[in-house]
Amino acid sequence: MLALQPALLSRLAANRDVVVVSGTNGKTTTTKLIAAALGDRGLVASNVGGANMTAGVATALAAKPRTAPAVLEVDELYLPRVAPLVAPKVVVLLNITRDQLDRSNETRRIAAVWRALGGELADATVVANVDDPLVVWAALGFSRRVWVAAGQRWALDATVCPACGGLLIRADGGWSCKSCDLCRPEPSVVATRFDQIDIDAVSLPVRLALPGLVNTGNAAIALAAVGVLGMEPAEALVPMSEVSDVQGRYREIVLGGRPARLLLAKNPAGWLEMLELLDETPARPLVIHFHARIADGRDPSWIWDVPLDRLAGRDVHICGERAEDVGVRLAYAGIAYELHGDPAAAAAACAGDGPIDVLATYTAFRELLTASGGLR
Amino acid sequence: MSVRRAAGARAAHPSVLRIASVYPELLGTYGDGGNAAILATRAGWRGQPAEVVSVQAGDPLPRDCDVYLLGGGEDEPQALAAAGISNGQALGAAVDGGAVLFAVCAGLQIIGTSFPGTDGKVHAGAGLVDLVTTPGATRAVGDLVVDPRSELGLDVLYGYENHRGRTSLGVGLDPLGTVRRGIGNGAGQRLVGGTRGLTGGDVEGIWAARGAGLVVGTYLHGPALAQNPQLADRLLDEAAPGLAPMDSSDARAVAADRAAAALRAARAGQTSRG
Repeated sequence: MLALQPALLSRLAANRDVVVVSGTNGKTTTTKLIAAALGDRGLVASNVGGANMTAGVATALAAKPRTAPAVLEVDELYLPRVAPLVAPKVVVLLNITRDQLDRSNETRRIAAVWRALGGELADATVVANVDDPLVVWAALGFSRRVWVAAGQRWALDATVCPACGGLLIRADGGWSCKSCDLCRPEPSVVATRFDQIDIDAVSLPVRLALPGLVNTGNAAIALAAVGVLGMEPAEALVPMSEVSDVQGRYREIVLGGRPARLLLAKNPAGWLEMLELLDETPARPLVIHFHARIADGRDPSWIWDVPLDRLAGRDVHICGERAEDVGVRLAYAGIAYELHGDPAAAAAACAGDGPIDVLATYTAFRELLTASGGLR
Repeated sequence: MSVRRAAGARAAHPSVLRIASVYPELLGTYGDGGNAAILATRAGWRGQPAEVVSVQAGDPLPRDCDVYLLGGGEDEPQALAAAGISNGQALGAAVDGGAVLFAVCAGLQIIGTSFPGTDGKVHAGAGLVDLVTTPGATRAVGDLVVDPRSELGLDVLYGYENHRGRTSLGVGLDPLGTVRRGIGNGAGQRLVGGTRGLTGGDVEGIWAARGAGLVVGTYLHGPALAQNPQLADRLLDEAAPGLAPMDSSDARAVAADRAAAALRAARAGQTSRG
């Protein structure tokens, strides 16, 4: 679609405030949070359906009135093609981590194309996560920046300085390059605790329906983004706090006769965030539904990068096309588990009769969502 | 040529088996930390206390470890790692003294004489073995299944590969095995049935004595030992001759071997299709 009519995309985006959101993890949730915040200022054209390739962007814009602000979730590699066409006022850059190891396996290359994009978007303000060195280096290509401490527990994809190739040193929550002057910028918006966001040193209490510190980080980014459009943080936070189900993530379903909470984790950075979230419910049984299809990435090697030993003491059940790969990982971590033929059987075998958590890879998650009635 | 090292080259049963994970922050793109964890855990199950020594980039390599592990990495970290490994020649000295080196993916390329970087640049390798890597026309991505040379006495090896390099072995160097599925070394070197214990086919990896030590390299990347516990045990045997077999009364050890057997059965089915 874009290849045929790039002018269509430009025309659809004209006369709107456009926010584009990109990154490996959190873009669907952050897009939804921004859309929720902007909701009472009029309609929002947001392709929160996750159809985040180029055709999806044009479809999202065409669906809503001409002047409504637009929030667009854009795939990392498509951002340089889409952003110049929609002339965004705000560009949100969340993080860049390994994802689908069999495909775009050069994280620095993504950072480089984002950085170059900054020179093309003279009127855009970038809202960028200071806790990801790759994002900071990319954001320095933009002339106007809002720095947000949104957190990034996964550090293995930014061990080398994106600017000079030197080693990155991490200490006390910060980071800096050993060889050049790239370092963590001072943020103006900070998500330090799951229930608090500081904006220009003023603390704002936060009570999101979405769980986990990871989502407070996404909310901090969203507040910074709508702040660029002139919204008051306290006002924006009210509708953001009510967002509870993002394309099925965190949805409560019934699986194998058990109440089950659906969790999506597509890559090691996402798994790390979900393990942290699971720490809040240590007594709940866990079902891991694991595929390695094309959309998941065919190579599941990365499960060895995920600290699954944190599941110690939990009742763990595994299923899916590559469940055996997870089984070996768990066995070496000394965690007992049961292997099942399908998610319903796994859920039914869980200890007790209370709620359970179900952690799934992308295609496994879609499968569970479809079985539970699809998207709402 | 013998692939085994001279007997008695190294004292059996070190008090603690030291496993060096070399520059994990540079060479850890594909879950490579799994190999260190698997070797240390299995050594423990075989009555041999072991520790993983994580060598941070920028730090000198220790000379006194029994096993050295090199993993996979993206282009720039790979170049940085190669420079660090070449500096001081500690790794070559350790292998000459009897240590076992297991190098996968980018690690396999680094131990040779040269490998390609970005923009056609050629990087010097650590030169531990006579192999050279040049860029291929396409990236080799997908399941890799390897038949080890029969004289190694190992079962078929399952794993995944993701690399652009094509690796040629120098004259007289033996591969780990031949490719059943995938690309492997991919440099057009082919060994015919019967020769040097090979089953025939395109060669994969390297299995070479160096001094009193052993160098094993492969494009089976990341946590290759997860799917191939027999290879893990063999590397331990080479590093600490005379190790006891696995303790069959240890429930965790039994569970791990059962899990690996289930995984190998699943991989056998998955990789024989399509």
